[in-house]
Amino acid sequence: MKIGVVVSEGPYTHQAADTAYHFVKAALDGGHEVPRVFFYHDGVNVSSRLTVPPQDERHIQNNWSNLAKEHDIDLVVCIAAAQRRGLLDENEANRQGKDANNIAEGFRISGLGQLIEMGIQTDRLVTFGD
Amino acid sequence: MSDTKKFLYVNRKAPYGTIYALESLEVVLIGAAFEQDVSLAFLDDGVFQLTKGQKTDGIGIKNFSPTFRALGDYEVTKLYVEKESLEERGLTEDDLQEIMYEDEDDDWEEKPSIRLVSRAEMADVMADQDVVLSF
Repeated sequence: MKIGVVVSEGPYTHQAADTAYHFVKAALDGGHEVPRVFFYHDGVNVSSRLTVPPQDERHIQNNWSNLAKEHDIDLVVCIAAAQRRGLLDENEANRQGKDANNIAEGFRISGLGQLIEMGIQTDRLVTFGD
Repeated sequence: MSDTKKFLYVNRKAPYGTIYALESLEVVLIGAAFEQDVSLAFLDDGVFQLTKGQKTDGIGIKNFSPTFRALGDYEVTKLYVEKESLEERGLTEDDLQEIMYEDEDDDWEEKPSIRLVSRAEMADVMADQDVVLSF
């Protein structure tokens, strides 16, 4: 089965990004496809490569970046939600005249159309959030 | 067309205390370009999103409620509002904005987009969907 995943709550504050991560791993292990994960609302904060949790804690951003690399998953961060919350890729930082960017490897910034497209193209859409 | 699906956007939260309502509306507006069969559901505190006379000057947050009246132009014409949720909050349909659309299949007659449904009917609306996004 082709499964699309939405993460709609922020890392560490909320378990959504962890549960989604374990769900995606289990789905892939079970022979399903997860072509894309869409990060929305505070879920966009998962994509910050400036994330530095204490060493004895899980690294949510690294977990996702590694999983995406290993299984070729498209991690899409909503541009409107990201910009509100101070998350910019290099292009957007230049365009907005900002002196830094902070999107981690494996994530890409794009529009809400990617969420709708995922809903159209997958067999199931599973949301992790409140 | 096989890639037309039934999309339902479920709105359960009040409009300004959290960002869910605004960011839900943003998905609806972008999603309209994909020509899917779109419905919106308003239940729990989500019914407050449609109330008329919203004034947000005092909280310094943009009042986005007029946007709901423009949904008809995006061919989003099915706004299901749960009766029980209104009643539990002391609201009636009169407290909601008038939201109309022009029915192209009926000589562009103006019709109301808001459809009051019972909790049981709302369950049927949800069961009938392909994709449900909850906010």
